[in-house]
Amino acid sequence: MGFAKYLAKRAVTMFGVLMATLLVTVALVGANMDAILKQSVAIDVRTAIINNKPLVESFKNHPEELEKYIQNQIKQEIISLGIDQPWYTPSRLGLAMYKILTLNFGHAKFLTSDTGSSDVKDIILEKLPRTILLFTTATVIVSILGIFLGAIAASKVNSKIDKITSAFAVISSSFPVWWVGLLMIFAFAFIYPIFPARATPTIPVTDPGYFVSLLYHMTLPLITIVLIGFGSWSYIVRNFLIGILQEDFITAKRAAGIDKRKILYSHALKNAAPPIITVLAFGLSGSLGGSIITEAVFDWPGMGRLYYEAITVLDLPVIIGETYVLTAFFLVSIFLADILYGYFDPRVRRQ
Amino acid sequence: MSFSKKEIWKEFSRNNIGLAGIGIIFALFGLSILAFLTIPVETFREWNDPASWLSYPKSALPVWTNYFLPQKVPEHLILLPFTSIQKSSDITAFTNLFFVDYQYDSFPSDFIYQYDAKYTGSPLVTISVTRPDGMELELISTSLPSSTTESKFTGMIFSTDDSIKKNLKNSSDRFSFSFDTISSGDIVFSKPDQNRILKGHYIFKVTIYDVGGNILLDQSRFILGGKVYGLMGTDDLRRDLAVGLLWGTPLALFIGITVSIVSVILGLVYGVFAGFKGKITDEAMMRFNDIIWAMPVLPLLIILAVTVGNSIFLIVGFLVIFGWVGIAKVSRSMALQIKTLQYVEASKLMGQKDFKIVFKHILPQLLPYAFASIAISVPAAITAEAGLSFLGLGDPTFPTWGQILHDASSYGAATRGLWWWIVPPGVMIAITGLAFVFIGHAMDTIVNPKLRR
Repeated sequence: MGFAKYLAKRAVTMFGVLMATLLVTVALVGANMDAILKQSVAIDVRTAIINNKPLVESFKNHPEELEKYIQNQIKQEIISLGIDQPWYTPSRLGLAMYKILTLNFGHAKFLTSDTGSSDVKDIILEKLPRTILLFTTATVIVSILGIFLGAIAASKVNSKIDKITSAFAVISSSFPVWWVGLLMIFAFAFIYPIFPARATPTIPVTDPGYFVSLLYHMTLPLITIVLIGFGSWSYIVRNFLIGILQEDFITAKRAAGIDKRKILYSHALKNAAPPIITVLAFGLSGSLGGSIITEAVFDWPGMGRLYYEAITVLDLPVIIGETYVLTAFFLVSIFLADILYGYFDPRVRRQ
Repeated sequence: MSFSKKEIWKEFSRNNIGLAGIGIIFALFGLSILAFLTIPVETFREWNDPASWLSYPKSALPVWTNYFLPQKVPEHLILLPFTSIQKSSDITAFTNLFFVDYQYDSFPSDFIYQYDAKYTGSPLVTISVTRPDGMELELISTSLPSSTTESKFTGMIFSTDDSIKKNLKNSSDRFSFSFDTISSGDIVFSKPDQNRILKGHYIFKVTIYDVGGNILLDQSRFILGGKVYGLMGTDDLRRDLAVGLLWGTPLALFIGITVSIVSVILGLVYGVFAGFKGKITDEAMMRFNDIIWAMPVLPLLIILAVTVGNSIFLIVGFLVIFGWVGIAKVSRSMALQIKTLQYVEASKLMGQKDFKIVFKHILPQLLPYAFASIAISVPAAITAEAGLSFLGLGDPTFPTWGQILHDASSYGAATRGLWWWIVPPGVMIAITGLAFVFIGHAMDTIVNPKLRR
């Protein structure tokens, strides 16, 4: 199987996953969404008729006729919008999926973007860069720290530094990130008020100082994610490196008298790159999903908090749009990992 | 690849970390049994009912913090009465006296009188206090709701009651400071010349005057609100956190263990079946597996909890839906290896049924791996449930650790410095997770000889 065929197969699976996730989401919220839509149509039609003074006047002596007329109008409106059929009829389902695929998520019921737009696309496009900013920065720092510490630990197996790293990795990964976040807020916003407890900048978006303020507010969540992440990272890197350091070609290089450091950092690390990159991609995509809780704790104005807010007020268009974007990001990062894996490990390509 | 039970135990008992894990889990099970024995199950429902926690203090520190503080912070005191009855012609005076030697360095946060009365007519309740300096203060006099038939009344009189403040204002000339911004509790326990605590013996006197003479008083308690209470303190809703933490233990163990056992069994059967059948069945099953595997778990869990329901059993089910996938992948590849072993081939040639081959020859081989994965997947289940509860999507009727943290976060415990509300639940989650990780790690080194060095 050629590499192209392998990638094509992966791409098809990814698309399948995207569709399946969307289908599950639409199926779960579909019935609710219809009920809400019908309700809002009913309210709209009723207020339109009641505000139409001459029309109401003509029904003056027949209130029951007016009610009948209103009900009729509502029914017609529902039919003209196509929501008289249940959400699972193929034409409606197809239309819904097509709309989502083309990023047409409709308008949010309650939430708006900072600039006041209620278009779900606008809201998401506003929040997305902030989530990417926080989590990409965190992932970069975590991976650099992790690779460095992991290499040191792997070069001195069973030394003090190795044991401390391993212990820290196991312990830090068993604390939930959001709980450590609470502790960090307690420590650095209450005891030593260095950082703000809420990570949403108080100045408006249009202010030129907004970005600087955003960076300052980002510090506490960033420190928390890094603190929880780098331990297990260095442990993974260490384990990969130990496996590779036992291989014959490394022993040969040692026998040839090549500098130990050079073996570790250039030969061993290069060979450990494929699995490391895969785990890195998973870590990044996983943290994007986990961002919902982390951002809720710190009140970071990104995708995760938007999702949390959308859930609490049950703003369905936002929920669907967010699920789509989060899933797409998740899948793209897995797909990128596949490509990189093939690039770094020629065996995959030739398989 | 095969192990006898004895060998596994022998290997395991040599692993200190694994033994530590077992020890912690035994301790947690002990706590769960303690929870079942000491706390009646009915009180479960009272966790979210503010009325059942009224006699407890609001956000009180754990008692043991007093050892680390230079000043003795008042403990939450629940005083029991000395009863006496006086009868004169047609009026009965029913008196309850509450004695307290108040030796703490600051004011009680408030005081509450709590009682159950059975009476007819409309009795009058008065409360007064005699202070260490001999001063007597009238606090309140109020009548119980009138009733012609014998009726039961549960009442509470709070120090924040406006009429207490008004009554105290009548004696404001005996104090040399203004009452305006000071709570009634702080006035009662204050020195007359300045608003400082007056230590010594206080006597609170509750008298009920009744015309009929057939009054019965039960559960008469005088509560002095303190700032420390119990082993774990209390939260903003006056709930005893020790109770919540204790209850959280069996719940976390239930969620973690059920989710991991069910998902490991499902994954094992699914993976082995796919690997054993091979060809199109394998391909189709693994594509389905790939799809579930690549789904974003948390968003979907949230949507499921919001739309389908958030009972604790449903959440366990949701976690299983996403939990079996990884195990299915690994057990499939292991089944593929075992399938080609000669004794499996032989039993196939002998005409044994597929069902029997899978259950007799393949599954037993995977058992050690299954146990290791059960142990390893427990913490993830516990953390996932805690995360959902933290977002407020968990089962509100059960006080899980995540639920406690959710309440803590929604009451701003972190920014207000209520550390005893935040630290213990998280530590419990981490300890429980660590115990299973330790066991899983020890099992892993037995199952995968490669990891041994």
